[in-house]
Parts: sequence; structure tokens; C-alpha cells
Amino acid sequence: MTPHLQLNLLVDLRVLLSFPFMVSAAEAGTVVAVLAGVLGWWVVLRRQSFLAHTLATVSFPGAAFAVLLGVAAAWGALVATVIAALVLASLPVALVGKGPGTSGAAIGTVQALALALGLAATTWYHGYAESATALLFGSFLGITSTEVVLLALIAAGAVLAITLIARPLLLTSVDPVVAAARAVPVRALSTIFVVLLGVAVAEVSQITGALLVFALLVMPAASAQALTASPARGLLLSVVLGIGIMWTSLFAGFYAPGIPIGFWVTSIGFALYLSTQLFAARRSLAAR
Amino acid sequence: MIGLDAAVLHAYLVGTMVAAACGVVGTLLVLRGEVFSADALGHVAFTGAMAALVLGLSLGIGLYGACALFAVGLALLGRRGTPDDVRTGSAFAWVLGIGALLLAQYASSSSAPSGTAGVAVLFGSLFSLTPAAAWRTTLCCAVALVLLVVLLRPLLFLSLDPEVAAGRGLPIRSLSVGFALVTAVVAAATTEAVGALLLLGLLAAPAGAALKVVTSPYRAVLVSTALAVGSVWAGLTWSLLEPAIPPSTAIVAVAALGYAAAALLAQRRRQGRLLGSAS
Repeated sequence: MTPHLQLNLLVDLRVLLSFPFMVSAAEAGTVVAVLAGVLGWWVVLRRQSFLAHTLATVSFPGAAFAVLLGVAAAWGALVATVIAALVLASLPVALVGKGPGTSGAAIGTVQALALALGLAATTWYHGYAESATALLFGSFLGITSTEVVLLALIAAGAVLAITLIARPLLLTSVDPVVAAARAVPVRALSTIFVVLLGVAVAEVSQITGALLVFALLVMPAASAQALTASPARGLLLSVVLGIGIMWTSLFAGFYAPGIPIGFWVTSIGFALYLSTQLFAARRSLAAR
Repeated sequence: MIGLDAAVLHAYLVGTMVAAACGVVGTLLVLRGEVFSADALGHVAFTGAMAALVLGLSLGIGLYGACALFAVGLALLGRRGTPDDVRTGSAFAWVLGIGALLLAQYASSSSAPSGTAGVAVLFGSLFSLTPAAAWRTTLCCAVALVLLVVLLRPLLFLSLDPEVAAGRGLPIRSLSVGFALVTAVVAAATTEAVGALLLLGLLAAPAGAALKVVTSPYRAVLVSTALAVGSVWAGLTWSLLEPAIPPSTAIVAVAALGYAAAALLAQRRRQGRLLGSAS
């Protein structure tokens, strides 16, 4: 049975929410959108999107090995991204998000190695292509309500942690030299941030799949930063935009079967990103 | 057994050409700080290949066409200063989302086992190349290598010091677009041979390792090429001896080991120099 769109928002929403799996998906999607909105704002500020994308990729071999060993994929992804975050943070170059140079080579090597290991794990597992596709591109519909609670707890912990270090982290992100001169522990803060990012990315990849994490992490945040320079307003806007993208995508995905949710998330996110960029460009022209 | 031997021979031949091209292009990419763009190209290649499969075109048209369009587009946007990673990332996340859509369309429309074609494009295998693809990949890499060797001097100049290069009257724009095109061809050819996701392993690891151990850019190009070719040979041999390990995994693992060894070597050398200056 496929649901039909009535073109009446209230009725359509009631139909959607009458399916328990859609309620779980909406709850999980909201948690993930809040987490990605907060962490993504920092990623965009620190220009570390290659790092974020690489951590996301690492969740793929983690999940694949967990499936191979018979453990829940979510734990595998979490362990793998935290290990990768610690490895990347130990490289002196990875901390300087703004300098491309050879740090790109280090991050790229970690990413390629992660994918190579993930390929090996999925080859050894029997449902080769299907499991790889699900891990890479995500599937919303198998989430149980216990998993949603766990997801929410981990996300709350990560958001709380980043809020606690927000003030010094802002200084190190905007001006690392001044921060170091004021004896702010730049390196420790960067390491904590990268590990928190690893946790966030492992969570988000449960929903979007390893390859599309990036969309939820960077697109709402980049749109928010195009609209406002204030950190508090930017963070809030990034979360709101993330939730908006998520809910619209779930709605669209529910009423258009056969079109993967990742397509909706990336397309709506990219449309939002483009329009906010155009808006910001026009505003800066008008201000001149 | 004879068929297998031909496939193995093809794998070594194609692998060598792909590695040589990636070694040279990778060094330039790392110097220019464009590794992330190259990563994006691999994902774009995936979407291009899926589009070709859905439309019933040849896989090669999709791969090379999508890569060339994306690379020239990025180059024409003219990022003079530091490459904007948020812009690159947003664009390629969207392209990848389209890839996911095409993958779903293809899996539901064709009688092929769902997802297999997509996974083949993502990960590839040097051992399962068709002869046509093998020749196309070899030819494209050879042309790219010749172009790179001829243009190596101006390209290195442009990568190391764009302002001085512009001051000396180098045609920066056409050189950048040309380099983007060559990168696109190499990326597409590599995707066909080792898969979209492992392209990065051959582009980033050997070049990063080379730039850690040598300082002269010319020598870095040579060392990077040698490391890339060595990784492919060692990886292929490993995968032949141990068939449970896919060739792409073995190659990238060897390349990453090379990078780790180079990083350790560079660190020890730096420490040795510090000790030497202290005594």
C-alpha cells in the first residue's frame, strides 16, 4: 500500500504520523538535525569540511566491521569515528583547518584507507552490494524507539560538551594566534572538538548514510552563516534550517516512494545554500 | 587459466598507467591544496556513471563527461585565493545525492542484482576490467601523462607561486582550466580502474609521502610516481596471493603504509636535525 498525497497538509501529516516507523524516523531525524546543525556551524566556521567528510567516511568501515562481527552498526560507526578523530587530531597539520597544503594529503590518506577497509569488510560479508549501499547512502526506516532514545542521549551529551567549551573554542577558531598568546589550550580544544565531531558524524550517518552526512552537517550551517554573523543567532538558525530540511525530506520521501531520502536532503539543502549565498551577495552589493 | 593470465596482465598494465598519472597529478594537487576537489571529482564520477547506466549510454561517456564538466566548472569559478571547501563540499554533496537517486532508479528498473553496478563504480576492481575499458583507461592516462610532462614546469610554477607566475605573463586561466581537464581525465580513468572512492588513495597518499621526504618539487613528482606505481604492483601481488583481499583495498593499504612511513621518516629526520644543532 502506498500513501496518496491529499494536498491537505493536516490530513497528510496525520496519515504520515499514523505509521509508527515514520514517527521513529521523524524523532531520529530531528535529533540528528539538531546535532548536525550545532556541530556543522563550528565546522563551517573552522573551514574543516574535508575533515568532517573524512570522519563521516570512516563511519562506513566501522559499521561494516560491526555488521561482520554481529554487533550493532551504530556502535561500530561510533568507535571507528572516535578512533579516526584521535588519529587525525594527533597529526599536527590537521589542527590548522585553514591551511590546505599537505594536511589535505594526510586527511585524504586516512579517508582512502577507511574506504578500503570498508570495502574489504563488505566483501567478506554476504549481502555485499545491498549492505554497502545501505551503509553508504542510508536508510531511515529501520529505526526502533530504543535506538531513538540512545541517539538523543548521545546527541544531548555532545551538544552539552560543545556548549561548555564554546567560548574558548570560538576564540581559537577565529584567531588561533591570539588564543595561544592568551594561554588558551588551542591543541586540547581542537582535539575535543574533533572527537565531538566524530561522535556527531557517527550519529548522523545512521540516518543519512556515510556519504551524505556532509549535506546535513555543512549545508544548513553554511546557509546560516551567510545570513547572520552572530554566533548565537547563527547556531540557532543552523539548527532550525537543519530541522526544516529534515522534516521536508521525510515528508517528500514518504509520499514519493522509490526516491531515496538522501536525494531530498541534499537537493533541498543545496537549494537553500544557493539561495542564501545569492541573498548574501545581493545584500553586500546593496550595502556598498 | 589463460583467460585469468590475460586479466592479470591487463591489471598490471592498466594499474601502472593509472598510478603513474595519479602520482604526477597528485603532487600538483597537494601543492595547490586541492585534494578535497579531487575527492569531489571521484564522487562526481560516480554520479556520471550512474546517469550513463540509467540512460543506457556507455559507462565511459558518463564518467569522463561528468568529471570534465565539474572540473572545468570549478576552475572557471576562478578561486584565486584559498579554495573554498564549503562551496566544493556543498556542490558535491548535492551531486552525490543525485547519484543516490540514480542508483535507486537503476536498481529498480534493471534486472541486474540491485546495487551491484553502483558498488562496482564506487569501488571498482582492476581484475574485472573489460578489454575496452582497459584500453580506454591506458590511452587516457598516457595522453594525460604526456601533457603533464610537457607542461610540468609552468604548472609547478603556477602551483608554487601563482602571483609571480601571473607577473611573468603565464596564461594562468588557460593553464588552470587545462590542468582541471587533465585532472578530470585522470580521475575518470582511475575511477574506471580502481573505483571512485579509492581514487583519493592514489592521488593523496603517494604525493603526500613524497612531499614529506623531498623538498625539490621535480624530485617530489618522481618519488610520488614511483611510490604510486610501487603501491599498485605490491597491492596487486598481495591481492593475487591472498584472494580474500580486494585489489583496491590492498593497493590503498600499501599506499597508506607508505605515507605513514614517510611521515615517521620526516619526523625522525627533523628530530635528528634538532639534536645535531644542539650538540
